[in-house]
Amino acid sequence: MTSLWSRVEPLLARVRKPARYIGCEDGAIEPRHGQGKVAWLLAYPDVYEVGLPNQGLQILYEILNERPDAVAERTYAPWVDLEALMRERGIPLFSVDAHRAAGDFDVIAFNLSAELVYTNVLNMLDLGGIPVHTARREPSDPVVVVGGHAAFNPEPLADFIDAAVLGEGEEVVGEINDVVRAWKASGRTSREGLWRELARIPGVYVPSLYDVVYEGERTVSVTPRFADVPATVTKRTISDLAQWDYPRRPLAPLTEVVHDRLAVEVFRGCTRGCRFCQAGMITRPVRERPAEQVRTMITRGLERTGYNEVSLTSLSTADFSGIEDVVSSIVPDPTACGAPTVSLPSLRVDAFTVGLAAKVASGRRSGLTFAPEAGTWRLRTVINKLITEADLYGAVESAFANGWSRTKLYFLTGLPTETDDDTRGIAELAAGCVAIGKKYTSRASVTVSLGGFVPKAHTPFQWFGQNGVDELQRKINLVRGAASRGVQVKWHDPRASLAEGLASRGDRRVGRVIERVWRNGGTFQEWSEFFDLDRWLDAAAAEGLPVEWFTTRHRTEDEILPWQHLSAGLHRDFLWDDWRAALDEHGLPDCRWTPCYDCGVCTGDGLEHVVASPVPPAGGSQGTGQDLARGGEVPVVVRL
Amino acid sequence: MKVRLAYSKVGKIRFLGHLDMAHLWERAFRKANLGVAVSAGFTPRPKVSFGLALPTAGESLVEVLDVVLDPAPSAERELDDLAPRLSAVMPAGVEVTGAWVAGPQSIQEDVVATTWVLAIDRDAEDTATRVAALVAAPEFWIERERKGERRRDDIRPGIFELRTDFDPSVLPADWRSAVSASALVEAVVTTSGRGVRPTELVDALFPGDEPWNVMSRVIRTHQWIERTDAPCAPFSVRARKELPHEQRIAVG
Repeated sequence: MTSLWSRVEPLLARVRKPARYIGCEDGAIEPRHGQGKVAWLLAYPDVYEVGLPNQGLQILYEILNERPDAVAERTYAPWVDLEALMRERGIPLFSVDAHRAAGDFDVIAFNLSAELVYTNVLNMLDLGGIPVHTARREPSDPVVVVGGHAAFNPEPLADFIDAAVLGEGEEVVGEINDVVRAWKASGRTSREGLWRELARIPGVYVPSLYDVVYEGERTVSVTPRFADVPATVTKRTISDLAQWDYPRRPLAPLTEVVHDRLAVEVFRGCTRGCRFCQAGMITRPVRERPAEQVRTMITRGLERTGYNEVSLTSLSTADFSGIEDVVSSIVPDPTACGAPTVSLPSLRVDAFTVGLAAKVASGRRSGLTFAPEAGTWRLRTVINKLITEADLYGAVESAFANGWSRTKLYFLTGLPTETDDDTRGIAELAAGCVAIGKKYTSRASVTVSLGGFVPKAHTPFQWFGQNGVDELQRKINLVRGAASRGVQVKWHDPRASLAEGLASRGDRRVGRVIERVWRNGGTFQEWSEFFDLDRWLDAAAAEGLPVEWFTTRHRTEDEILPWQHLSAGLHRDFLWDDWRAALDEHGLPDCRWTPCYDCGVCTGDGLEHVVASPVPPAGGSQGTGQDLARGGEVPVVVRL
Repeated sequence: MKVRLAYSKVGKIRFLGHLDMAHLWERAFRKANLGVAVSAGFTPRPKVSFGLALPTAGESLVEVLDVVLDPAPSAERELDDLAPRLSAVMPAGVEVTGAWVAGPQSIQEDVVATTWVLAIDRDAEDTATRVAALVAAPEFWIERERKGERRRDDIRPGIFELRTDFDPSVLPADWRSAVSASALVEAVVTTSGRGVRPTELVDALFPGDEPWNVMSRVIRTHQWIERTDAPCAPFSVRARKELPHEQRIAVG
């Protein structure tokens, strides 16, 4: 149980950004290990700068360390330079807090924000000297748990994890801690005994306790191996965000990270109902934090960390009731060091929101980002991103009028029913935005950022066959060809979208592909310099798994989806009907301010929206009050 | 009021780079509730200027920064109070050792030379021989990068002193014990222009070896301020003596 620091220290002068590995952050908690405590290693399977700001990890770090029977430390994926030196010298994965070896912890809990990091999960286990296969682990090995958005389809990781946690972790970590502590106290008997106990906790899924039968490519059954193992595992949701004012001691890193500012979560969940958006589907219902608590968390957080910038986080932050009051109450509070800057990372597309952003932004107005997601109103009704052209142009007008000279527009391409007219519509919208900007500044420019759409589990689009690499590239080229002067087009590598699709909707057999990619050196697959689709295709071919079957194929209604025994609270019927409604170009309003359409989350879990304002926020239409009764003809048939 | 602060940076925190350290100071002033004047203009920047960049992984007993405090400390006592206030909000390993009202010169203009102590993980006798050889050499050319270009420079004139026999008592006790197995080399090098870096010294002493395999730690012990026009001849003991003691920025 000793610190590895003396072995790590001599290597750090030789690696890039060594501050990644020293801990010592503001808010770091000195770990106090001891008898009767469960030691958690909270792991983020990407590099420190990406992982440190993760709020989920910070929240659990604090909650666990507050418990007398738990202690938590953190680790992040060592960059390739340090990893090579560690492997050369036999130094295992270590925590950044006390530089304790990963194998000395009782639980290793990975936060999965995305799918391409899966190979890093395997790599970190292996680097920690922990068998990557669950079946090979001894009772003395750490319990490997995953959580986070991607854990809603943990099947591709089924062979490598002991358990997956669905949903929010605030309450369930304590319950897991109790089970592991009892298991430790009873002398760590078989792992299966532990699994049985873990599986009794609502929201905890233990893949090893289920038999999955395949016929050809298809999943034909997923059956619990024991009577007391639930047939369906449903996500955990905290009912009242006000009771969880975490992080109370936010981590302020020494070295620059991707989101280098205080983050205060103002609400959780989103019911805008964008059909492509997994986050919006799996985090329902909407639970706002009381405005007063938001203010307190901002004041205390700024004092603690010395930051002078706070980011109000949530999905579609401008939907927070009374956002204007909260924001303006921060701004005219000049401390000795000047008023803090407020950033709203998730801007709604309308002029009101931009006005708000202008009020709180700092002097530098570098760029403003909007996400219309699709190029035509028709396609936006399909994906239920119900912003009109007028909303977008109003937002952009307001941005240029308020001194911004660059705007960035996020679009998805490869969406269900997307025609070439829809795709070219992206360039047309961008041209319209440039024209507006030119009225204000000759430097006006608009960047279009194109992402290839990857369907995700537990969304209405989970049945959709994604576009292949060539088709996505063709659409990207269409936009590039149609882009006028002043429009810059950037795009996400379509090859990465295919690999992401495989990992997102894969079943247990895809785990063998992930393992092969990892064994062939494919770590840091989120990083373009390390991503190589051939590695994935070769691995799938070697395992005899047809990539098209998992990615570009439309699923049928009767098909058993690999994650069907896992529930985000959404009725399957609701998702299917919403998928059909999408194909009919039928928009669905936000249920915060309109009658419930019974998606299943609130009714199933005895939950309610916690929203301070009973009326929709000021601003653009955003699908509220619009005539969404029925769309037009379906121009493209998706064969099911 | 422009205030000059001296601080040390030792231990784990040495792995934090110069730029990150600058950001950390900005946060520290806010945490200590000290107002810092900001520059005028569209993108106001806090008026903090840093002296010589300390290489990442290098330690120091004498780092210096100038900060324009607004409101200014109103009394001597308030100035004396700065050190404990700022030390309390900086991470372990950073300790503010002094604060005084700064003159009009910038730190960069003031400092002409710096003293390093290098912990060399090689045989002590061999190290001493190599040090003597470098001292005796009239010139020493190395290839290094400058503004993105490879070029050959003679670093020998920039090495004012180099020796293995010196009084190590200025070094913190825990630092000395951490490097007890190493040979210690003290070097006084120029900081004008491109300067001479500790890794370049190691490269000159042990050519071909990865410098950080040879040198386990390196710590800056002095920064020298020279306001006379006396030239510093290489290895002139006289030159160092000419650096007036009271103008050393030093601790302990």
